[in-house]
Order: sequence, then structure tokens, then C-alpha cells
Amino acid sequence: MELNGSQILLRALMNEGVDTIFGYPGGSILDIHDELFKSSFKHILVRHEQGAAHAADGYARSSGKVGVCLVTSGPGATNTVTGIATAYMDSIPMVIVTGQVPTPFIGTDAFQEVDITGITRPCTKHNFLVRHIDELANTVREAFYIARSGRPGPVLIDLPKDVMRAMTEYREPVSPSQGSAEPVYLPDAGPLTETVNLIKKAKKPVLLIGGGVIHGRATAELIEFAHKVNIPVTSTLMGLGGFPGTDPLWMGMLGMHGTYYANMAISDCDLLITVGVRFSDRVTGRLATFASNATIVQIDIDATSINKNVLVHIPIVSDCRSALIQLNALLDRNGLEKIREGREDWITRIGEWRTEGPMSYCQGEAIKPQCVIETLYRMTKGDAIVATEVGQNQMWAAQFFRFDKPNTFLTSGGLGTMGYGFPAAIGAQVAFPDRLVVDIAGDGSIQMNIQELATAVNYKLPVKVVILNNGYLGMVRQWQELFYEKRYANTGIGGQVPDFVKLAEAYGALGLRAVKPGEVEATLAKGLEHPGPVLMDFVVEAEEKVFPMVNPGASLTDMKLSSGIGM
Amino acid sequence: MGIEERILEILVSNKPGVLARVAGVFGRLGYNIESLCVAETISPEISRITSITNADADFIEKVKKQLGRLVDVIEVTEQLPGQSAQREMILIGMTLNQKNRQEALQTIAMFDCKIISMRNNYCIIQVAGSREEVETVISFLKPLGVDKIARTGVLALQQTKK
Repeated sequence: MELNGSQILLRALMNEGVDTIFGYPGGSILDIHDELFKSSFKHILVRHEQGAAHAADGYARSSGKVGVCLVTSGPGATNTVTGIATAYMDSIPMVIVTGQVPTPFIGTDAFQEVDITGITRPCTKHNFLVRHIDELANTVREAFYIARSGRPGPVLIDLPKDVMRAMTEYREPVSPSQGSAEPVYLPDAGPLTETVNLIKKAKKPVLLIGGGVIHGRATAELIEFAHKVNIPVTSTLMGLGGFPGTDPLWMGMLGMHGTYYANMAISDCDLLITVGVRFSDRVTGRLATFASNATIVQIDIDATSINKNVLVHIPIVSDCRSALIQLNALLDRNGLEKIREGREDWITRIGEWRTEGPMSYCQGEAIKPQCVIETLYRMTKGDAIVATEVGQNQMWAAQFFRFDKPNTFLTSGGLGTMGYGFPAAIGAQVAFPDRLVVDIAGDGSIQMNIQELATAVNYKLPVKVVILNNGYLGMVRQWQELFYEKRYANTGIGGQVPDFVKLAEAYGALGLRAVKPGEVEATLAKGLEHPGPVLMDFVVEAEEKVFPMVNPGASLTDMKLSSGIGM
Repeated sequence: MGIEERILEILVSNKPGVLARVAGVFGRLGYNIESLCVAETISPEISRITSITNADADFIEKVKKQLGRLVDVIEVTEQLPGQSAQREMILIGMTLNQKNRQEALQTIAMFDCKIISMRNNYCIIQVAGSREEVETVISFLKPLGVDKIARTGVLALQQTKK
């Protein structure tokens, strides 16, 4: 049967299991919207293309499926770039379809023409410009394969309008050729056996996990492994939820704003096993002193992550899950009881650090942002999908909410994109209409994609936004206080502008405000109970800072635990 | 090891935009490409890129891994001296006159070069050889008044069966 390009695109998307698309129409993409109108796809119309990209990302992070985003050429395409770069840095599988001017007009500076494959080359895993309709079905198949395989990432398909309108006989796409995509990596036996021997000998081992555990769906195997050999676990920001936050072996996040005990443990350990981490500068602090007493074993699917920042002793290029399955199998034959008992001194030591520097804050006259998050955690019993914006709100969420399950913490870790959380929460709510989805925001970052309130209201998506309103771009202000002698250049944003309660009401959402510590619980209770989208404005202590803090470039043991006190 | 000349052979899909992706990896890591040669291989769907970069030892690991991430890159190999045959070709344009004619023709004969075009005393000379050889020819002809040069950059093939 002859089909046009738009019909072929939709059929190819359906073949990949896609039923939901986040997008925004425009001149070059009209043909596809016309076909969508006749189809059974759920299209979520956002209010800004950046919102579409982040929503597709949130959909992907929460569900593990590939997020799909559909926008027009020119500004529609460029507006997605921040969202694409966000997904690229955090290895999120996404397919972005952009409209393009007809092929004869490419390169003529036509209206709404932009070289989007050129622009996104450094921030996509791969991209395609489809020049002929006969390539279309295979291109879509290959794009999804690339997005999902190996270390996942965003893939962009640029589709000229004349290709959408051309007709051809539809042929089922062929599977991508071996050469053009990453193979599945399985671990070598040698380094695995060596790792098991190291585990047996180690007195002070630590497990460090990252986003790779979540992408690789390795949580069950990880829990089994950690308990089998009794090794305490810490995580990067991206790994939160990869290991239960309520497990006795859990030490919390490490790094710049990690817990005192995780940072102390990693600096003192004699064996560090990392699973799916890439050693970001926010995690390692000063490289020369990072885990400098330890033999380091690194398990990662991406060879480029190995020896990039930290030189490791035993590199294992492998899918995390396969490596853990094999480690668990190798460990079955060994004297596990003895290994476990040998750890008691180490675990006691970590317990002492925990008592020395617990995660805490002081209550005051004003609402403490940490208290809002702790109360939220207590009231939801942790059963929520939590998105964050970027800055203090993100760090407090990572520190004071305990994530027990993978795919429940959505945050822009690598790129640090303000404005990510709210559209990402919308995407997660679309994937899970019946679950509680909360965006923890600051008064600065929520305004970067506040227009998506209309999307939430229109589709009756009951996303709960918790604004920790301190009237500042808080994290930047914190740096100004600590490193720029309190010159608060361009970080005061006014606090009560806009009036978030009235703003929510203007969009048809519920707006609530709490100004005193005693109002926190009641406000959260009312907001969480409400069946629709809610904006909760918590007016918090303006100059509260995120602690512990390791100054950029300092060693992880060099932590400030509160204002004026260093340890 | 220090900074040395390093030759990479990169096999890629013969498609639009692939060279830009490959060059992007070099540029982003801060490496300059000294010479670059790109053409179809015996299989028309595959192109061979031969590049020279002056870099220190970790260049190979870094660039190889990053190139390996590109979907269109099929294989990356370092061409080590002694294990691969290397050739470069250059074309030299110069005017022959009373003063330089004799010495120029002697040089051309001595190094087994060829005049491939001659018009109104302006000649184009073809030189092929190892990088060292072509550099020597240039150093001989330069004082005689070389007008312009085009060079292919180094081509290299591993001396083993694929």
C-alpha cells in the first residue's frame, strides 16, 4: 500500500511501541499533526518546545521507555536544544522529531530554516536528516535502537516537509546493521574473579553507584550483591533510587553536598567498587585525594567513562546488570559468612562518622526548606515520583527525601538545567496518571518553565509543585556569600513577585501558601489531597544554605558542616 | 613519550555529515589535525580517513574512545611507523626561467619527480614519497622560487591482511 511520509512516520513510531508524544505544531510539521489528528496517538500539547523536550525526558526517566518529542523547524527545533543537552548529559533515551523546510529549500535561509542536525551534533547520541522517503522507516527503527542501546541517549530525526508529503510503498523496517550501533557489552571473566578476590581481602570497601544502575535496571542484583558481601553503599545524584534509601547499608549521596559519612568513608576506603558512574567533578572533589587509599574497580557500559577523570585499577566495560549477575554467581561459592563478619569494624566506623556529622538543620522562626522536604517525605511515606529543579531545592531534595526505588527521582544532574523539573514532572504524570508526582522547585527555577501550568491544567495532570521560596537564586547566592564576600549581584529576585498563589489561580490551578513553620504540614496535606495541579508556595528562611559543602576543587574530607564550622 | 606525530586510520560510513562528526571530536578535545585524507575504500559504502595529529600519548586512547561512540565510525586504528606503509603526494607550481631552470630540472630528475603540466614556463611538478622525501624536495626547490603547493597529507596502510 502507498503511504505518505507522515503516515510512515506514525506507523514506524507505533512499531516502536510509542503511544504518547510531547509536542508543539508549526508550519513545517503540520502534515504530521494532520495525521496525528486521525490517529490514536496521545499528543500532549505543551506551551513551549523546551517543555516538550523535558516532558519527554521525564516520561523516559520515570517509565524507562523512550520519550518522544515532535516540534516544528527553526525556533521549534532550537527551543528543544536545552532539553536535548539535558538528556544527553544524563544518558536519557529520547527521540526528537523536528520538521524541516522542503529539501530544495535547505541551505537557502528559508523561513524557519535552521541546521538543527548541525546544531545538535555535539549534544545528541546521533542525528539524522532524512532526505528521501525510502529511508524514513529504517531511520526511525535505527533511531530508537540507538537511543535505547548501550549507554542510552537522545537521537534527533530532522524531517523535511516534502519527505512528509512524498508517497511510497510501505515496507517494514529492517533491523539496524551491526556496524552502526553499539553491541551489548558483557564482562570479561578475569577482572570479575580479581574483583571477588579483592572483596575477600578488603577491610574497608565501599560501593559507589550512579545513573548506570538505573538505566541498566540493575537494582535487584545490586541489593543482592551489597548484602551478600556486606558493603556500605553511596551514590551520585544520578544514582539515587538505584539502591534503597532506607537500607541499613545506605550512606546517602557523596560529593560536593554529600553526607559527612559517605565522604569520609570514600576517602578512607581500601576498595572502591563503582557501578555506572562517570566520576563527575561534583562527585570526586580534588582528584588527587579522591579514594586515594583504595583499589578502584569500575564497572561501566561506556569505555569513554573509564580512566577519563579517575584512573582505575580494574576496568570492567560491561552492562551493569550482567556484571553484577556474574559477580553474584562467583560469590556463591565462597565463604560469604566470613566475608560479612569481617566488615563489622568498618561498618561501626561509618556509624561513628554518622553520629559525628549527621544530616541535620536547626529549626528557626521561619520555615526551613529541609523541613518542608522531610515533612513531604513523612507524609507521602516516600511513595512518590519526585522531580526537582536545579540548585538548593535539588540538593535538599537529594539529601532529605529517601528514594527507595529506581526511576522515582528525576533531576538534571549533568547539565544542571533550571526549569527542568516542572515539565519533567508533567511527563512522569502522563506516564503514571495515578501516581503522586511532585516537583520540588525554587522560586527562580519554577519561573523558567512556568507556562507549562497551562499544560497541567488542560490535561488535568495533578502535578504538585512545592516551591521553596527564599526570594533568591539560592545556590548562586550561597556561593556569593561564601566566595564573593556577600556581594549578592543579580541573585535577589524579590520573593513575592510573582504572587504564586494568584498565578496558579490565573491558570486554573490551586495555589497555596505557607509562611510559618506551623503551616507546613497543613499546607502539604491540603495540596497533596487536591485532585488537580497545585502550586504550593513555602516562604522559607532566605539565607539558609546547603550543607555539608565541599568547596569546588577541595578534597571530600574538607567539608563545611554549617556556617563557620569546618571539619 | 611527549608530543609526537600520530597517524590514525578511521573507517567510517560513506555518508554526508560524517566527516564533520569525526572532525568535531578532534576539535572538542583541543587537537589540531595536521593533515587529513578522505576517500572511498574498496567498498563504496565505507570511507577511509587518514589523519595526522601532533599530540602526546593519551591522545590515542581519548580520541579512539570518543570516535568509537560515533554511530558512523566502524573502526579506528593507530598506524605505527614500521608497521604501515606511508606515502604523501604533493603538487608544486613554479615558473622556470634562465636563472633556475637547470637546477630545478636536476632536482626533479634526482628525486624522481615528474613535470605533469607546463604552460608558458609555468610548470606543475608531482612529488610522491615518504613525508621525509617530499619535505626534502620542497627544501631543494623552495630557494628556486616555488609559487604554490598542494599536498594530499599522508596516506597509510597497515602491512598486514585485514
